[in-house]
Amino acid sequence: MQNSLDPAASLLEVRGISKSFGAVHALQQVDFTLRAGEIHALLGENGAGKSTLIKVVTGVFPRDAGIVRISGEEIAPRSAKAALGAGIATVYQEVNLLPNLSVAQNLFLDRQPMRFGIVREREMRRRAKALLADFGLDIDVAAPLGNYSVAVQHVTAIARAVDLSARVLILDEPTASLDRHEVEILFGIMRQLAGRGIGIVFVSHFLDQVYEISDRITVLRNGRLVGERETASLPRLELIRMMLGRELAETTSERASVGEHTVRDVCASYEGYGKAGYVAPFNLELRHGEVVGLAGLLGSGRTETARLVFGAERADCGQARVEGAPVRLQSPRDGVRHGFGYCPEERKTDGIVAELTVRENIVLALQAKRGLHRPLSRREQDEIARRYVKMLDIRPADPERPVGLLSGGNQQKVLLARWLATSPRLLVLDEPTRGIDVGAHAEIIRLIRELCDDGLSLLVISSELDEIVTYSDRVVVLRDRAHVEELAGEAVDVGNILAVIAADGAVTAHEGRA
Amino acid sequence: MRGLSPALITAIVLVAGFAACAVQFPNIASTRVVGNLLTDNAFLGIVAVGMTFVIISGGIDLSVGSVIGFTTVFVALAIERWGVPPLVAFVAILVLSAAFGAAMGAVIHVFDLPPFIVTLAGMFLARGASFLLSTESVPITAPIYSTVSDFALRMPGGGRLTAIAIIMLVIVTGGVLLLHLTRFGANVYALGGSRATASLMGVAVGKMTVKIYMLSSLLAGIAGIVFSFYTSAGYSLSAVGVELDTIAAVVIGGTLLTGGQGSVIGTFLGVLIQGLIQTYINFDGTLSSWWTKIATGVLLFAFIALQQGLVALARRPATKRLGAAT
Repeated sequence: MQNSLDPAASLLEVRGISKSFGAVHALQQVDFTLRAGEIHALLGENGAGKSTLIKVVTGVFPRDAGIVRISGEEIAPRSAKAALGAGIATVYQEVNLLPNLSVAQNLFLDRQPMRFGIVREREMRRRAKALLADFGLDIDVAAPLGNYSVAVQHVTAIARAVDLSARVLILDEPTASLDRHEVEILFGIMRQLAGRGIGIVFVSHFLDQVYEISDRITVLRNGRLVGERETASLPRLELIRMMLGRELAETTSERASVGEHTVRDVCASYEGYGKAGYVAPFNLELRHGEVVGLAGLLGSGRTETARLVFGAERADCGQARVEGAPVRLQSPRDGVRHGFGYCPEERKTDGIVAELTVRENIVLALQAKRGLHRPLSRREQDEIARRYVKMLDIRPADPERPVGLLSGGNQQKVLLARWLATSPRLLVLDEPTRGIDVGAHAEIIRLIRELCDDGLSLLVISSELDEIVTYSDRVVVLRDRAHVEELAGEAVDVGNILAVIAADGAVTAHEGRA
Repeated sequence: MRGLSPALITAIVLVAGFAACAVQFPNIASTRVVGNLLTDNAFLGIVAVGMTFVIISGGIDLSVGSVIGFTTVFVALAIERWGVPPLVAFVAILVLSAAFGAAMGAVIHVFDLPPFIVTLAGMFLARGASFLLSTESVPITAPIYSTVSDFALRMPGGGRLTAIAIIMLVIVTGGVLLLHLTRFGANVYALGGSRATASLMGVAVGKMTVKIYMLSSLLAGIAGIVFSFYTSAGYSLSAVGVELDTIAAVVIGGTLLTGGQGSVIGTFLGVLIQGLIQTYINFDGTLSSWWTKIATGVLLFAFIALQQGLVALARRPATKRLGAAT
């Protein structure tokens, strides 16, 4: 941290911000400094706390501790509107404008030029046109905003924010849905705004874009500040290490127990498996009693691979085999039929059913597999629920408690139990330790090893490299939606993985949806 | 202007329907019939203007029929039984109905309840209150009623543009201006687009919700007074189900039931289409008047299908790219 900066130069100062959701510390003592006229990249993997930081600073979430100063003046906005009043505007990836209103109305909503209580439509359009012309945009401002591309909507949102005298502009993943050419235009606009003295926070997971546009980089990891560096003097490998790696010394020793057992039978294999525009064709063998880790940056194709492997997404090329026999994986149903299980990353939205009890959540997949005509009796349900609550040590040990009331770690265990109840041969876990406190963390990792020793085949995604090397027999490294390297045995360590991810020049320019 | 292309389709349907009716019954194409059409549907037209605002803002108001019914009873009793001067009674009921609407809007916003439920409660409340006042029809004999009923502008061809038709036309015009030319109107569309986003963009969502429902109930009150002129009586069972006719007129007029798009002109045309169907059935003489409902139902289906088609068209990926602008 460079804390010895001239305070006069800093536009937005965030000091010691903390925010918890229940037992989960989303942000702990985070500092952030934005100077006037700079483009400052805010980086971190999913769950690092970027969005939470933005939402706390802009008043969408109340903060637990810390202060926010803008131009040296302390502010405590209670809403995005109040933040805007204080000069902080945010443009989200999904543009927060009204597609059914005209571009001009969107720019001037609630502050239209008026005469005798009537909106001066022509004057408003003239001003809208002039405003957008500043941003190199010449469009029909009377047409509904929804008629235009996301890029135009982004620029409109930025124009509105700047025109509302924003001094701090936060752009949350603005380039995710733009093509290369549109990104260039957006960058031109960002540089122009920075030249006017506006401070821009740029959140993105495209590292090339970060190196292209930003002056400074702040990295968050697990809700903590890792550091703030000048972009020009930060090598890419070092940046990726900041984003993914913990202190290397404490992790490498833990990997002794793994990799001792003999090679077992292949459980499922994928040959030239892939989908255009999703993940490049890959070869993957998953063996019984083996954990394969998927490592890579956010957006590198980890989750996409997992979904293809399970059958949640249809491949358009390649061949999948289960126990040697060719199979077709067209839907999650097929996956379940072949004995696969999948715990998605978004536990809350894609996984648990919060209102149902632990018992009901656990038997869900098993019941679905058996079909509606063969209902599990209540006695069987109780028996299954009791067994897994005990086996996975789910707390509180009450099968009748709604899952929504459990902690994150226990919810994750319920999800695991749901799939284990179907006696799967392959289990795909996407970020199984995300948002879980430290104690439960270790327990989940222990469970993963145990399951594997019982002959289950596991495919695990994690952003925590030190975690992935502790339980993986092999690690597949992904970059730019392609499998680039498979590390096995002695080669599995954090340094090697980082080196592959950051391989020089290989992180090619993001081409967007061209 | 926004929402005008579906309204254009409504206009085409109206003209085509009118032409078809005129071919069968040439007498329909006269200012006399048109004048009657406007008079007979005056109250519906007035209340539909308010409903248009509500629906564009993403809400619904099921209470308007009951508010009309309550208004007729209140006005009749105030004038005939309580000896209140008619104009005072009108002002009182308008204040009352506006307050009723404002209260519903406030409940919807503060407790974050679905408008459907809140206005459904309002519907029962207002209907119940009118039964409480009187269960029988109360005739109104005040002189102002005969004066207003006799008043009419002569149109070429012998048609009469009555006072209540004029009131409706004035309100429709006012609604058009309010919706398309003022900040209030723009905010109504904004709310219909997305309440959350509108709020983020600085629209005072709570105040707007109160105002929109207040406007709807106020117009229902005016429609109630007009209805009492039309029937010269107050009856607690009057205008039962009018809220549904109103919603039908608004939807036929091209307003999206999910909010965000629509126009007052379209609604006015929708009211005229319903009136035209009724007129046709009257001219025919052999058809049951329930055919009005059937025809309205068929039209509703057609228009909803049409809207969904248009929405699906609009959702196709945008072809205009930023690159073209540089």
